[in-house]
Amino acid sequence: MDFLTLTGIHHTYFTKTSAVTALNDISLDVREGEFVSFLGPSGCGKTTLLSIIAGLIDPSDGQVKLEGKTVKQASNQTGYMLQQDYLFPWKTIEENILLGLKISGTLNAQKKEEVLALLEQMGLENVGKLYPKQLSGGMRQRVALVRTLATEPKLLMLDEPFSALDYLTKLKLENLVSNTLKTFEKTAILVTHDIGEAIAMSDRIFLLSPRPGRLHQVFLIPEELRNISPFEVRNHPLYNELFQSIWKELEYLEPEEY
Amino acid sequence: MNQKNTELLHQQYLKRLRSERKKVRVYQLLIFFTFFAGWELSSRQRWIDPLLFSSPSKVWNLLIEKTLDGSLAVNLGVTLAETVLGFILGTLAGTMLAAVLWWSPLLSRILDPYLVILNSMPKVALGPILIVALGTNMTSIIAMGAIISVIITTIVVYTSFKEVDQNYLKVLQTFGATRTQCFKEAILPASFPTIISSLKVNVGLSWVGVIVGEFLVSSRGLGYMIIYGFQVFNFTLVFLSLFVIAVFATMMYQLVELLEKKLIKSNQ
Repeated sequence: MDFLTLTGIHHTYFTKTSAVTALNDISLDVREGEFVSFLGPSGCGKTTLLSIIAGLIDPSDGQVKLEGKTVKQASNQTGYMLQQDYLFPWKTIEENILLGLKISGTLNAQKKEEVLALLEQMGLENVGKLYPKQLSGGMRQRVALVRTLATEPKLLMLDEPFSALDYLTKLKLENLVSNTLKTFEKTAILVTHDIGEAIAMSDRIFLLSPRPGRLHQVFLIPEELRNISPFEVRNHPLYNELFQSIWKELEYLEPEEY
Repeated sequence: MNQKNTELLHQQYLKRLRSERKKVRVYQLLIFFTFFAGWELSSRQRWIDPLLFSSPSKVWNLLIEKTLDGSLAVNLGVTLAETVLGFILGTLAGTMLAAVLWWSPLLSRILDPYLVILNSMPKVALGPILIVALGTNMTSIIAMGAIISVIITTIVVYTSFKEVDQNYLKVLQTFGATRTQCFKEAILPASFPTIISSLKVNVGLSWVGVIVGEFLVSSRGLGYMIIYGFQVFNFTLVFLSLFVIAVFATMMYQLVELLEKKLIKSNQ
């Protein structure tokens, strides 16, 4: 049985003057431990799809099942990382990363130890008592990752988490996130419009077409690229080949750009 | 540039800052003394009617007299207690009302026109009704002090509740947070600076409410001293009351500002 199954997802947003279909008939499966990406131009409903999978919005039609259960029943099984870190500025780093456990009422001394240890593994030592403002963008996004992982979600959703960072930090974080998720054997879905990032991090790429968003094509990343770090992927000869073929498809989807 | 030169420039910069500060202080004091000296002089020279406009020396003498016989302390105490209570009640009630409106978007839409009407209404006009309803005592004056700030607090705080970045709520919702938890963890702390700054406005408003309330009830307090001085044509008493009000209203404002600095500091 598949870990995550989406069957016939439709979603339409209603306003006073219009009804906009954001997603049309999306069906896909994700296996446990897999890293997949949703890639597509803006307006293809990537973030909507992620919110539906996270159970934050109910789709107009279709269903999402996580290990055979609907996502509503499986709350707390998913973790969500946003474009910006959205650390709470009035809470210390420690309070921020323990927030999920506090909210679900599962915070105890042992869990606290584990989460703080995770923070150190991410290369952030002695920052627990600091406030988010005192950290750099890359450090903050690492804290946000720890916050997301703290509740031990089975499925991680990353909504363009590196898009607000400078290029160097982005490359470093890609490596770190990829390694961390592999170590913890997490299933993850990455939303991005960056072809390189999608290739570097994923096992499979779902290319979505815009207005309304539908599944256009699935790219399987070759085995040799999957087992190396994102940074090494970018230097691999296969990377360029793959980049070109995805690029062509994207061009075809949105030729009128520029 | 070498180290020594930089240091010298820094010294000069600091010196310039100090002399500027001194200048501001000198002019402030100059205005103060000119005003009071001018007042005293014109009163003595009868350029202005001393019966109507009194003079600083008369106000000062009356201040000492009223302080010694204890009546100033009693009136001041009453007014201060009313203002502080009215201010706290108004801010608390306003914030709680804002929380209720945030809780139920439907209710907030239903109540919207009534809030607009209540906000545009001059609250002091409700004075006579309050006195009839609550009696000619401190309760109705405190109610005046509170009612004058409660609606504007509600509107300002509710607006800031609504403007909290939805993504903070998204973070909490992915952790399965309830609406209470969202309020406690994100909405309220994010709106803290707004609540504090509405405190600053409310200090001034509460003074207005309380003084007008005392005009109407006319039994005790600084507002009573003003209206009594007016009725018996003792304008020295009116000026004394105004002077005391100015001093204590400023002190209250400064206290709130101090509180703001402390809270915002711990927030960062």
